[in-house]
Amino acid sequence: MSDKPKHPIRVALAGQPNVGKSTVFNLLTGLSQHVGNWPGKTVEQKTGTCQQGELTFEVVDLPGTYSLSANSPEELIAREYIIREKPDVVVAVVNASAIERSMYLVAELLPLPAPVVVALNMLDVADQEGVVIEPHVLEAALGAPVVSMVASRGQGILELLERVRGLVCLGAHYEPNVPDVRSDHKQVLERIEQLVREHVPAGYPSSWVALKVLEGDRQLTELLHDRLHPEDWTEIQQILHEHEDAFLAVAGGRYEWIARMVRAAVVKPKAGQITLTDRLDRWATHPFWGLVILAGILGLAFWLTYAVGSPVQALIYRHLVAGLANWAQQRLAWSPPWLIGLIVDGVIGGVGTVVTFFPILLVFFAIFGALEDIGYMSRAAYVMDRFMHLMGLHGKSFLPLFLGFGCNVPAVLGTRVVDSERARLLTILLAPLVPCTARMAIVATIAPAFFTAPTLVSWGLVAVNLGVLALVGIALNRFVLRGEMVAFVMELPLYHIPNWRTIGTLAWQRLVSFLEKAGTVILAASLLVWALSSIPGGGIEASLLARFGRTLEPLGRLMGLDWRMMVALLSSFVAKENSLATLAVLYGGAGEGQLATVLRNHVTPAAALAFLVVQMLFIPCAATMAAVRSETNSWRWTAFCVVLLLVVSLAGGIASYSVARALGF
Amino acid sequence: MAEELVLSKLDADTAAVLIGIGGGYCFRSRLAALGFTPGTRVRVIQNLGRGPMIVALRDTRIALGRCEAQRIRVRIDADKP
Repeated sequence: MSDKPKHPIRVALAGQPNVGKSTVFNLLTGLSQHVGNWPGKTVEQKTGTCQQGELTFEVVDLPGTYSLSANSPEELIAREYIIREKPDVVVAVVNASAIERSMYLVAELLPLPAPVVVALNMLDVADQEGVVIEPHVLEAALGAPVVSMVASRGQGILELLERVRGLVCLGAHYEPNVPDVRSDHKQVLERIEQLVREHVPAGYPSSWVALKVLEGDRQLTELLHDRLHPEDWTEIQQILHEHEDAFLAVAGGRYEWIARMVRAAVVKPKAGQITLTDRLDRWATHPFWGLVILAGILGLAFWLTYAVGSPVQALIYRHLVAGLANWAQQRLAWSPPWLIGLIVDGVIGGVGTVVTFFPILLVFFAIFGALEDIGYMSRAAYVMDRFMHLMGLHGKSFLPLFLGFGCNVPAVLGTRVVDSERARLLTILLAPLVPCTARMAIVATIAPAFFTAPTLVSWGLVAVNLGVLALVGIALNRFVLRGEMVAFVMELPLYHIPNWRTIGTLAWQRLVSFLEKAGTVILAASLLVWALSSIPGGGIEASLLARFGRTLEPLGRLMGLDWRMMVALLSSFVAKENSLATLAVLYGGAGEGQLATVLRNHVTPAAALAFLVVQMLFIPCAATMAAVRSETNSWRWTAFCVVLLLVVSLAGGIASYSVARALGF
Repeated sequence: MAEELVLSKLDADTAAVLIGIGGGYCFRSRLAALGFTPGTRVRVIQNLGRGPMIVALRDTRIALGRCEAQRIRVRIDADKP
């Protein structure tokens, strides 16, 4: 067949945030997705394939960006991919309910070399807002294919692929109407193009480069600096100096073009109509009720996680991990005890820790994804903004930090929603101070043994953590990560019905990336701690770990902690809840059930309190540390994070022990 | 002709026309891409007098920090919102 290409059709998926791009991507690629990073960047890259009849489509999901300037790594990635990798087609996803603004990216994409198909998505939301759009009229104006879609219901995907095929295989007519600069800047634009025409790198359209230079694009201007004759360069600098505000003319020109394109195709409702989003936002963004609603939603998120995640976690532990350990022990009965220890405690213990994380994480990721997809997340960020400001952060940092209550690993990974690098680093450094479920489990076991009001103590400990988080945040902002706050500008998308498949796919992908990041690290840490606690043999009390714990005893004494407590803290590096198992072994091999009683005979309440305070603030577990390393892409900041938390936790332990002693405990 | 003010001074439910934006290039070009170009009509949805505020323009709701809103110059729109 003549229309069958030799190679798969390469499609790049572009779109602004909140246009339903991930839903379109999920529909296209299903389970064939691969999630990684763009080379050398901590920006997520998703790729996948789509089979339709004889044709294979290779889909690359470009980062969601509002424009294609050089202001962020995401924008650079998107435009460089289109110019350098030359996809066969760019599918630009547009939100029909915010068509004017979301067409802006289309206006930026059309001057690039790849043909564009516009996926007019979220027509259902537009309909709910009373906006009526005629895709054929828009297509006629644009001169580029326009496909109507409601991706959340799977509508329009076949037509989209058909139109892509039409462009690539059937050579469908494609002559798009490209936006123009405002008339008062036409002449200078022409002059710049004349100057740069012979000097643009291969593959870069010179008209586009000229437009970007006029816009003040730093990357392209620098690129041309070395290529241009000095006198031409000076002339360009002169022009740019005289037209400092040219970027407004360019952006304004694009918006005027959009207005012309959509004028005939879109009928908007009369202004002043009160929509669903207006009604919901009256509560969700209210300075008082907004916080109440947020607290309620977060409380519900906790409840769901515990109600669904914890029993499954216990089941997995009992049947899978403990069962496997028993089975291995029986099968290995013939082998030397060290091998049994290595397999059962080192490998199965480590893998078991990873596996038991699954249910909690999956529930948390799903809730996070649902809040994102509905459009609520930006409202939570909005009402929390004034509190986050104290730490030099914006509201956007609040939700990843909240995820930390489930597990710190997704909190660190979730900081990708924060759009300034400085704020993101600060959020990553603060995330380990959010008490995760594993730490709360330790508190829940130990607090009742020592205190008459364990619930109060638990809440007190959480409050201490959050207080320390705020103080550390303020201090880091003031003294370490100084610098200007990036502007707080955030879209509040219209509320819409979530797509469960998108949420499920996202939750699953985040779980898999957690597994990839944390799995090997936890296993390695588990083996390391096992080795340290069994070498040179003769039980954990004679081990290297115990010896190390004993050398730390003078430090422990400041907090009333003996070497066993210190060893328990060290072993929590694998995973926080390992502290309990270590204590159980060290205090006379008591089962975890009797641990409370045994501890009461050995430890004073003041020391127990100090232990809990240190445990709550202690260095991040191995998995979190691996996440911090990969997200900051820096060993220096990882080390800084560990040292910071070590100092903070020990200071907290010493202080709480002294205070408790002074109060007579 | 109505006087020029900064966006942060406007009460909720006021409509205005954007005149200009102050601040650095990055900030201004980011806002321009979002539709904050001279001549655009802006409607204030929420303004508590402190903290961030919400505005609507070009069928989009946008939350803006107070500092950011103070850099946006507008003129009250004579027409109804």
